Parts: sequence; structure tokens; C-alpha cells
Amino acid sequence: MTHTQKRIIINEIVMALSTLSALIGMGFLFWILSVLIINGIDALSMSIFLNEGAPPGNSDGGLKHALIGQLYLVGYASFFGIPLGVLAGTYLSEYSQKSKVAEIIRDISDIMMSAPSIVIGAFVYAIVVAPSGHFSGWAGTIALSIIMLPIILRTTDDMLQLVPSTLREAAFALGAPKYKVIIQVVYRGAKAGILTGILLGVARVAGETAPLLFTSFNDNFLNTDMSQPMASLTVTMYNYATSPYEDWQQLGWAAAFILSMFILTLNILGRLFLLKKRGKR
Amino acid sequence: MSIFIDKLFANTTRFIAFGILLLVAWIFSVLFEHSLESIKAFGFLFITEDKWAPNLEKFGALPAIYGSVISTFLAMILAVPLAIGIAIFLSEIAHAKLKGPIGVSIELLAAIPSVVYGMWGLFYFVPIIRDIFGGVGISMLSAGIVLSVMILPFMAAITRDAMNTTPDILKESAYALGGTKWDVVKDIIIPYAKAGIIGSFILALGRAIGETMAVTFVMGNVHKISTDLTQPATSIPVTLANEFAEADSALYYSSLFELSLLLLVVSFTIISVAKFYFLRRKRVI
Repeated sequence: MTHTQKRIIINEIVMALSTLSALIGMGFLFWILSVLIINGIDALSMSIFLNEGAPPGNSDGGLKHALIGQLYLVGYASFFGIPLGVLAGTYLSEYSQKSKVAEIIRDISDIMMSAPSIVIGAFVYAIVVAPSGHFSGWAGTIALSIIMLPIILRTTDDMLQLVPSTLREAAFALGAPKYKVIIQVVYRGAKAGILTGILLGVARVAGETAPLLFTSFNDNFLNTDMSQPMASLTVTMYNYATSPYEDWQQLGWAAAFILSMFILTLNILGRLFLLKKRGKR
Repeated sequence: MSIFIDKLFANTTRFIAFGILLLVAWIFSVLFEHSLESIKAFGFLFITEDKWAPNLEKFGALPAIYGSVISTFLAMILAVPLAIGIAIFLSEIAHAKLKGPIGVSIELLAAIPSVVYGMWGLFYFVPIIRDIFGGVGISMLSAGIVLSVMILPFMAAITRDAMNTTPDILKESAYALGGTKWDVVKDIIIPYAKAGIIGSFILALGRAIGETMAVTFVMGNVHKISTDLTQPATSIPVTLANEFAEADSALYYSSLFELSLLLLVVSFTIISVAKFYFLRRKRVI
């Protein structure tokens, strides 16, 4: 066998192996996706949206409590997390471009984005749940906003830096004060990017379960009082799926399906915004 | 007036940005403060003692640490080769028309919440393990495999990104010299993107070690060190997820806080190594 033949054969082998691993990987992932879709659609029905949790064995149980709880938790987390993240990102990009502290804030945020979320749950337990003596929706919201903050901060920072400095200079030349330049020129220029960051941040916290386990805890019935334990789709999914009752497991799949579709939609929307922006340039 | 607003706006943004640093410091100090009781009671024995018995007020974290290490290790040895394969496939083999859709679907799969992966593991994967190896199926092995499936999309996506940083002109030169695809991968792409690829793996490791939901479903939370991978086990996040809401004594809580602190310090370190040593930050452009 000549040297060339050997190289070609080795090449064929390695390429076949890597195609195979791609197939295996994709196979697993599509297995999960199809399981999710088949079980989810199977379990979906109108009563899921209309009814609250029911004791096992009761076929008319629903997820209304978890859906509304989830909206409250993620909604309030966004209400705090988004403005704080955008403003902090604004500071990094507009006021302290390359200072040492800004670099440290960026680095710490990068690390926080990958840090284990259950630890944030433990932290919030210590500062909110333990002093107040009970689990509450607010505790869950605080945990989620802490997780959301670095994501929004970093994308805002990156997106604002993409705005050409000539735009800022033009606005300054017209005599605008800096805050007006930022709000009316820079934010507008980076609108699509910031929106993408927000969508991805919301999608990320919507799927968080671990930090809610011992902050907002759970509730099998509808509760809109944020100072009380509150149901979320994710914790409900966990509790129902690990229960021995088949109708609860069904509801768990329905919750998994609704949540995953919500998160995938946000991700796809985020991508579309960015694509549209790139297309315009 | 507008000077006042200008100052107010600047100071508000500065205040919030610095607040992030304070927040992180606060997280560390609160966890440390709440761990104190356990640190005082057990000292170093906490991480070397293998008995976790809440009813006897004895807390040794070794089984949880062992479980975290082994399950993450299993996940890494399974996911790394697959991730490299997928990355090579996406950067060199796949047809240009396939690259986009497959790449995007992998990224989207990385966005699916880990609790869904855990649920899949419990209902579809655990029975297979049970049929093959006997036992209950809820085990260290199941946890490692489910964890590897969960980190695979993330790992494959960032490994591919690292490989894609190789300038086309380098690859084209190698192809022009008659290199096969494998020659290009092993002599051009891997040497060029080495730091980025290793960084991606370490970053995925940092994520895997703190991952809670994907493994909580399938691990069993049994505080026992066993070399038999088909036995139920526990890990630090699994212990936290299962026991935090139920702890009933001050020392029990304190031990759980010490576990959280341990987990935070370890993953903080791993992620920092990945970020600063291997992945210098790239601007999104």
C-alpha cells in the first residue's frame, strides 16, 4: 500500500467515524425531541389550561396554576432583571469602555452565566426564605432575576459597542447631553441586538428549575399572592414526573411540551431579530 | 436640568454595574456565613467523611463529591468524542446547505431546559439501563449518560465555533497541497484552534458539574460510595435539590450551605480557567 493510499483510507475511516458520531448525537437529540412532542401533544387538552391541580386519580387536573405562576415568576423577574441588566450594560459600553473595573465586571458576569443555578437558590433561601420563615413567589423571582442579570448585561454591552461611534459623535455635535445620545441614538441603533439578548435571557430563566425548588417551592392550586409559595411549570413538571401517578406524569409531559415550545419560540425569534439586523447592513 | 439628568443617568448605570460585583461578593459571603456552623463542627472531615446521616447529625460530603466527580467524568468521556465528531462533521464534512440547519438545531437543543432531559432520562433511558444491567436503573451510569446527552449540544456548538475560527486561507492552502480532510483537521484546524477547543470542553465541564435537574431524576440520592456504576448514587447538586426544602436542623442546613459553597467555588474555578486561560473573550461582530 502506498503512503497516499494509506492516507486516503485513514481519511475515509475518520470521516466515517465523525459522521457516525454526528448521527449518534443527532439521533439522541431527536429521540428526546420526538418523545417530548409525542407525549406532549398526547397530553394536551383544553382542560389543562382551564383547571388547577387535582389529586391523583382525578382525570380533570390541569396546569392553570403552574402556567399562571410561571407567568408571574418570569414576568416579575424580567421586570427587575431586564432594566437592571440593560443599564449595567450601558455603563460598561458607554461610560467605562476599557477601564479595569469594567473588564472585571464583564469577566464576573461571564462566569456567573455558567455558574450552577442551584447555588443561587441556596443564596436566596438564606437571604429571603429563612428570614421570612416561608417560601414565596418573591424569593423565586429574586433568584431568577439574579440569573437573568449577567446574560442581559453582557449582550447589551456587546450590542451597544457595535453601534458606530460616528453616530454618537454626530449627536454630540448637535449639542445633545450624553444621556439623550444614549437613549435616543445608541439604544435605537442597537434595538434588535438588545431585544435578542432580552429574549434569550427570558428563555433561559423560564427553563430554570433548580433555583425555584426551595425559593418559590410549589403549590398545587392557583395562587397569585407573591408572598406565598407559588407553582411554576418547571417545579410542577419535576413533582408530577417523579410521582407514581400516571395522570400526573401525563400533566408533566404537557408542561414539558408547553415550556419547551415557549423557550424554542423565544430563541427562534431572537435569532430572527439578529438576522434581520445583519441583513439590513 | 439636563446636566442633572445626565449625571443621574450616569451614576445610576454605574451604581448598578458595580452592584453586580457586590452581589457576587454577597453570594459568597452569605454562603460562607451559613456554612460556618458546619465548618466548625466538621472541619476537613466534611469532605473526607463518607457518612451522611441527618438523623445522627453526622454530615460527610464524600459520597456527594465522589458522585459529582464520577458522573461528570462519565459524561465528559462520552460527550467529548461525540462533540468532536459533530464539530468536524459541521465544519468540514457537511454540505454547505446542511451546515446551517443542523448547526441551528443543535444550538436550539442546547436551549431546551435540563428538566426535560431529566424527564426523558427517567421515562425512556432508565428502563433501558434496567433491562441491560438489572437493578433499579436509577444509577450513576444513567446520570452520567443523561448528563452527557444534555451537555452534548452545548459542547458541540462551542467546539464547532472554536474550529470555525481557523482562517479559510490556511485550510485552503493545505487542501491545495493535496491534504485529505483528516489531514486538514489534524494538522491545521486542531493545532490552530487547540486552545479554543480545550476551553470549550472545560466550560462544558463547568456546566456539567453544577447541573442539577438532568441528573436529579435519574441518580437516586443515595449517600453511598459504590464502585458499581449501576447502583444509585448522589452528587452535590442532587443532594441540594432533594434535601434543601426538608432539612430540619441548623447543622443540617449549614452542611447543605457548605455543599453549595463548595460547588460554587469549584465551578467558579473551572469556568475561570476555561474563560481566562483558554478562551480569550471574543467580541460579537
